[in-house]
Amino acid sequence: MNFESIKELVLEAEKNKCSIGRVVLASQAQELEESEDTLMERMGERLDVMLRSAEKGMDSGLRSTSGLTGGDAHKLFEKSEKAVMGSFMAKATGRAIAVAEYNAAMGKIVAAPTAGSCGIMPGCLISLMEDKKIAREEIILSMFAAAGFGIVISTKACVAGAQGGCQAECGSAAAMTAAAMVEAMGGTPAQAADACAIALKNQLGLVCDPVAGLVEIPCIKRNAGGVAIAASAADMALAGIVSKIPADEVITAMKEVGDSMPAALRETAQGGLAATPTGIRLKEQVFGKE
Amino acid sequence: MNVFDVIGPVMIGPSSSHTAGAVRLGRVAWKALDDEPVRAEIELSGSFATTYLGHGTDKALIAGCMGMNPYDDDIRRSLEIATERGLEYSFTKVKLPDAHPNTALIRLYGKSGKMAVVEGASVGGGNILVQKLDGLSVSFTGQNDTYIVRHYDRPGVIAAVTNFMMYCGMNINNFRLSREKKGGEALMMIEVDGEATEDLLQQLNVIPNVISAMLLKAI
Repeated sequence: MNFESIKELVLEAEKNKCSIGRVVLASQAQELEESEDTLMERMGERLDVMLRSAEKGMDSGLRSTSGLTGGDAHKLFEKSEKAVMGSFMAKATGRAIAVAEYNAAMGKIVAAPTAGSCGIMPGCLISLMEDKKIAREEIILSMFAAAGFGIVISTKACVAGAQGGCQAECGSAAAMTAAAMVEAMGGTPAQAADACAIALKNQLGLVCDPVAGLVEIPCIKRNAGGVAIAASAADMALAGIVSKIPADEVITAMKEVGDSMPAALRETAQGGLAATPTGIRLKEQVFGKE
Repeated sequence: MNVFDVIGPVMIGPSSSHTAGAVRLGRVAWKALDDEPVRAEIELSGSFATTYLGHGTDKALIAGCMGMNPYDDDIRRSLEIATERGLEYSFTKVKLPDAHPNTALIRLYGKSGKMAVVEGASVGGGNILVQKLDGLSVSFTGQNDTYIVRHYDRPGVIAAVTNFMMYCGMNINNFRLSREKKGGEALMMIEVDGEATEDLLQQLNVIPNVISAMLLKAI
């Protein structure tokens, strides 16, 4: 399997009457010359790192290396029972912030697909495990599905903010996670593809404008936003709402939008939020005046 | 590209390019040195030069120079560890012409007088591209297990090396040769599928005209 399109993933899963996660697992076992059990175990180790980072990031005293961020995750988590968006979403969002803050504090995380977007997948999947009582094995399989979508996105477009803006990082992470959530909740391969498309559509055009060039502001909160987009996309797809534009075409559009983005808005910290008066002041606070 | 490139690497934050990739660049220098490092002179170019402090790129590079991996918890306190172990280090901001925005040049000195010079870029997602090794042009990513064989430019050396690889059942997926001048010192860079074995190094090292062979494991 060459992972050239989402369509290929869906057709292969439908042909074999199995999930996309199973298709990706089988294909990778062949490609990497390892047993499926070994690969499940390796992915499980990544899930364990995610669990640990979500826990560690809840520390209210956590601060990033620059001192700009940290300690926000637990604030939301504590208020989760009274949250406007409901406790499931508040916890998922809190966990995403926790992982992203832990990353900024030089904690150990899983890039999914990048370090800048590392909170979205654990935020959603850990909460599914806890709240919806989805078995660990199902979650790990859904991570293979997410990875399959991620490989297609990387091949057809890109997942680097420097290349495609934040839509390529948090956008891809949300798209991959939305597909994983559909699979974990027992949705069809076609629904997983729709969830991927819907999530990515909702982040098209999002620029990468990190203050002081650091993976903190606004990256951490964009992980929170990514959770909301991923979860709503998954629910829409599970409810039978179809993306009018197929996932493959959305991915191509994401690449085209990324290509036409000015360099100032692609991780160079020259535009957007990085170039605001406060953004510049924070940069000087960390690195001094030029 | 496989599933663990997309959901991975497992790494110490905050940035796959400025932290994880930096560890791996340092690690290439550590591997190439094959000695206890006592001094690291590191030149940073482009975005590495402007934002290295906030990303912990300095800690990451030194961690790599001591052989740590991108997932090693000790990266956070690598500078203290370096001092404890007697590894001196310096960072200089430079402008390397035509270099990738995230480029580092590492000169690593060993206890027994050895020296390794590595120039490479962190190209995103924790991936690296090593461009120069001890002054010779190379091009490898560290995504695959890679053998680096330094040798004299004589007929048959490549055949001898690849023959041994054939006997080990090893499949080459990328090969590059570079030499400074005809008959001079040359360098083979051989990337292989699957897991490469250290045992092969002993055999490669006894081949006539091979100066040294090392294995850089994929991360």
